Amino acid sequence: MASTEADVFDRLGRGLSALGAWIDDRFPMTKLIKEHATEYYASKNFNVWYGFGVIATFVLVLQLVTGIFLTMNYKPSAAEAFGSVEYIMRDVEWGWLIRYLHSTGASAFFIVVYLHMFRGLLYGSYKKPRELVWIIGMFIYLALMAEAFFGYLLPWGNMSYWGAQVIVSLFGALPVVGPDLAEWIRGDFYISDITLNRFFAFHVIAVPLMLVLLVVVHIMALHEVGSNNPDGIEIKEHKGADGRPIDGVAFHPYHTSKDLVIVVVFLILFSAVVFFAPDMGGYFLEHANFEPANTLATPEHIAPVWYFTPFYAILRAVPDKLVGVGLMGSAVMLLFFMPWLDRCRVKSIRYRSWIYKIALMAFAITFVTLGYLGLQPATGAVPTLSLVFTILYFAFFLFMPFYTRIEKTKPVPTRVTW
Amino acid sequence: MTPSVKGCFVAESTGFTRRHFLTVATVVTGGAGAIATAIPFVASFKPSARAQALGAPVTIDISKLEPGAMTRVEWRGRAIFVVYRTEEMLSTLAKDVGILEDPDSEASDSVQPEYAKNPHRSLRPAFLVLEGVCTHLGCAPLPRFEVAPADLGADWPGGFYCPCHGSKFDLAGRVFAGVPAPANLPVPPYRFINDNTILIGSDAGNS
Repeated sequence: MASTEADVFDRLGRGLSALGAWIDDRFPMTKLIKEHATEYYASKNFNVWYGFGVIATFVLVLQLVTGIFLTMNYKPSAAEAFGSVEYIMRDVEWGWLIRYLHSTGASAFFIVVYLHMFRGLLYGSYKKPRELVWIIGMFIYLALMAEAFFGYLLPWGNMSYWGAQVIVSLFGALPVVGPDLAEWIRGDFYISDITLNRFFAFHVIAVPLMLVLLVVVHIMALHEVGSNNPDGIEIKEHKGADGRPIDGVAFHPYHTSKDLVIVVVFLILFSAVVFFAPDMGGYFLEHANFEPANTLATPEHIAPVWYFTPFYAILRAVPDKLVGVGLMGSAVMLLFFMPWLDRCRVKSIRYRSWIYKIALMAFAITFVTLGYLGLQPATGAVPTLSLVFTILYFAFFLFMPFYTRIEKTKPVPTRVTW
Repeated sequence: MTPSVKGCFVAESTGFTRRHFLTVATVVTGGAGAIATAIPFVASFKPSARAQALGAPVTIDISKLEPGAMTRVEWRGRAIFVVYRTEEMLSTLAKDVGILEDPDSEASDSVQPEYAKNPHRSLRPAFLVLEGVCTHLGCAPLPRFEVAPADLGADWPGGFYCPCHGSKFDLAGRVFAGVPAPANLPVPPYRFINDNTILIGSDAGNS
């Protein structure tokens, strides 16, 4: 009789492994878990910069879940959109929380993605053999910008309306096809109910589907080549007798348990914003958006949300509209070419010369400054400063093939340091 | 020995066969079908019949418009400005020429009907009809008809000022040189039904 309890668990265990075997005969469950978690080896010397990928994934899930719940009460029509958002905020139980999680999540997504991308620039994560990981990541960034742009029209506030007006008219600046293209995007002669309805479709289904697919492809490509590390060396080059990288530890349970702590720390900061400063002083939710869209009156000062302002500052830097649009587009596109613009063989900034260290720091300062300038009205010194920092922004990329070639690098260790 | 196949079409031992031809023909036919199928989806993005009907011309009554004042009417979601210019306001137009980018509305991106392609950019000199949409990024310019206000400087002759990015236009909607807006404010098609009524959106009958 004493063995009854053990017997029950024993039979339960045998039942579960039989179920597992049954599934494995029909679907590669164990194989997938091994390849992507328990036998995926990532370097043991990760620092905090390596936490932003997992936070980004977490925020993606948060946005998907809160977004689904918002659609249950939101009405995508010009007559009802603004009111339905107010309804969510005031009458739906916990509606305010779901909306603030979603709106704060949008800004958090960009903060995390910008830091994740900067990590790539710091440790050369875009370099061979990770060019495709970087390029797929850039496509995720483009999809994210599209998602944010479409979503920003949905509350149908006055800033939503005029922000969309400004961005759609950028397409109108293209020669020959411009005006027809802008009309095609809007589906009307101006931003109207029709435009809102189709932006809703893009925001809740078309772009999120693409985003999720791209994230899966990003991770598949990453797991094929293996994660980079702060030393920028390939841990696969030093394997033990068991064929596993000596400097790597299994993603699960080692990295997952560390990532859990990272997500908790993120959630502490994130919750502080959600509960105490959801509009972040007008940066996350712009003040002009608290009044409904008015087709006949622009807000005094139209500025996009902060995450677009570096590129917006570049757009405004030159007086010519078409050149401005071209510069803004190339400012984003140049990032795609990082793997080939950077001619230095050493990946990590730890072992690179002062030239790249200064260039990268100057670039980071330039990006933040452009972001600040894009938020300001175009008066006084702002246009001149925008032009100066636009030139600096492009100089970082366009001179990169030259200054990275003459770098005197430090010796790179063969094994990770920690 | 079986011939090994390299790539999709080129077999090592043979050239282009009937099978390859059929493969290419199938891909081309299928591709053409896919493109044809895309047409309805792409076309569904264009303004619908209802949107086009709602974009029909509108009338505006100008009998109560005072000289020197402006009124607005909405047409296709755009603010249409109608200004009743005084002789004094019209006299500034000739003086503006030096600071304007395109005083004669000759640039290809200056949009106006033929009958408004003149220094006052209108059918009748006194009445200015403009789309109140900045040619930079579509903001609504503000009417600033007073001469030399403090914020716009002593050189300001009166005109339209866009608060978004600082573009300036004179009292005929002509753009200043060196501002973000590339072109003059557009003039929509319009005609006078009688002395007190303007039809915006249609100019049938104007010479």
